[in-house]
Amino acid sequence: MRRRSVSYAKYGYLFSLPFVLAFLVFSLYPLIYTVVIGFTDLRGLAKTTFAFLADPFLNYKTMLQTAAFRLSLSNTAIIWVVNFIPQVLLALLLAVWFTNRRLKVRGQGAFKVLIYMPNIITAATIAVLFNTLFGYPKGPVNDILQSLGLIHTPLNFPLQGWTSRYVVSFIQFWLWYGNTMIVLIAGILGISPTLFESAEIDGASSFQAFFRITLPSIRTIILYTLVTSLIGGLQMFDIPWLYQFGGPDQATMTAAVFIYRQAFSGSYLYNRAAAASMMLFVIISIFAGILFYILRDKDAIVLNKQRKALIREAKAAAKLAGEGAAT
Amino acid sequence: MKREASIPRGATKTVIYVACVFLSLLSIFPFWVMFINATRGTYEIQQSSIALLPSSHLLDNVRILLGKSFNPLTGLMNSLIISCSATLCAVYFSSLTAYGLAAYSWKMRQPFFTFIMAVLMIPAQVAAIGFYKFIYAIHLTNTFWPLILPAIASPAMVFFMRQYLLGTLSLDIVNSARIDGAGELYTFNRIILPIMKPALATQAIFSFVFSWNNFFIPLILLTDSKKYTMPIMVSLLRGDIYRTEYGSVYLALALTVLPLFVFYFALSKYIIGGVALGALKE
Repeated sequence: MRRRSVSYAKYGYLFSLPFVLAFLVFSLYPLIYTVVIGFTDLRGLAKTTFAFLADPFLNYKTMLQTAAFRLSLSNTAIIWVVNFIPQVLLALLLAVWFTNRRLKVRGQGAFKVLIYMPNIITAATIAVLFNTLFGYPKGPVNDILQSLGLIHTPLNFPLQGWTSRYVVSFIQFWLWYGNTMIVLIAGILGISPTLFESAEIDGASSFQAFFRITLPSIRTIILYTLVTSLIGGLQMFDIPWLYQFGGPDQATMTAAVFIYRQAFSGSYLYNRAAAASMMLFVIISIFAGILFYILRDKDAIVLNKQRKALIREAKAAAKLAGEGAAT
Repeated sequence: MKREASIPRGATKTVIYVACVFLSLLSIFPFWVMFINATRGTYEIQQSSIALLPSSHLLDNVRILLGKSFNPLTGLMNSLIISCSATLCAVYFSSLTAYGLAAYSWKMRQPFFTFIMAVLMIPAQVAAIGFYKFIYAIHLTNTFWPLILPAIASPAMVFFMRQYLLGTLSLDIVNSARIDGAGELYTFNRIILPIMKPALATQAIFSFVFSWNNFFIPLILLTDSKKYTMPIMVSLLRGDIYRTEYGSVYLALALTVLPLFVFYFALSKYIIGGVALGALKE
């Protein structure tokens, strides 16, 4: 028996090997390489040789002193917050409506399909499409606003910084609230129905049920949504880049757009872009660490503790027995 | 209950339906404008950019579009090759790794799983500079390999597949296959993979969509227009050559959306189910 179990263990390693190899070559190595480049003078298209800088953190210092980099971080934060808060509120409201057993909303399936739909469409296409929709002086959005009498002269959307930020936020919101809604619905459906039934018997109103049962029960899922959205938001590139190329006047220049511009245009400052990437990586790692902590395998931890306790007991018993034998 | 009764349920429901219909229209509206305007001439669009019914300039738009750098067939083929290959790699090797984690007892199993959990959230984008320089050094820019092979290591999918296997895999099947003299890889290919079909299908859909919509990595790696993927083709529309050709820009966008629409509406049940499942994996 023992011989057989030993011979099968090798398949665990063998079957994980392709994953490990691909990870080492295509994820870990590029990551380390990026770290290294961040400490060098590597710049210029097609250049592959580089030397380490006398002051290893020069690129980091230069980046932190670059106004555009700090602006890109604050742009990313603004665009993310303006998109996330309404996104999670609307998703929560829809999730509560769709899961309410007393309301029994009809046509839910169709509503979900349509509301989720934008999430599946290529972000690059969405960005170019919205650039066309918000055209000036003629464009569908301007036409609608004028025919509704909300404005008299067409608005020059592409030229206004704050408007462009809001449009990018709106696109992100529009792409993702359906996804968040479905995630939250799954969370609410996972709550034991008996909780709601007993609340109903006790005469709780819908509001009380929401704040006392629904919200506390889906806390983890909301946190999960928050952190995954944050990690995705910190890398936001497709929409701001293809909507306005980070403009006008750097108003929609997110951190990813900034890094792309540093590395792949102008003087190809790979070293500075690498340093900026690493700072972004640290920020993302902190948030990912929080998520990792939330999602850690709680059952496994409990089992592990129990196993360790058992081993300790067994050892203690053996020790006692040994002492007994000695005396 | 009493407070509830003071707000008539009919009124609440009306609000809900109005909101849902509005949001559904909000989802459709941009695409509807796009499809209609794809059939309208640039002059018509300049007169009024929204119309209810299609017009007759579809062929003119096709001619203008194809006369320039946008080549939808090339983009479609390249995207299909990359997305299908990447999906196959991701699905097969993730299942294999997950099976290795679920079915065998080996010393590094728990540390390896913890490691997968830890790298779950590492975004490819922060390592893009090193990735680009590495691919450049081994002369693989303008090839599809760097867009396909990294899919072999998909931590999130391994995580999902492992959860699925832990719930469905019975080691009795594996043992009886062993008694019949089947090799371990044979058992995986012929017995385990079929059991995993529902999970494979869901994960394949998301892997495919992710690969199809990927923009950043192809953007930095592909400079040869014959290798452009669909999203890169789309980015050409933001260039000066299409500045005033509204009709053909809408048509080009419509061509990139159409395959996804067919795909989505055919599989929407599984896609939405998959999103919900993904949420519950913790």
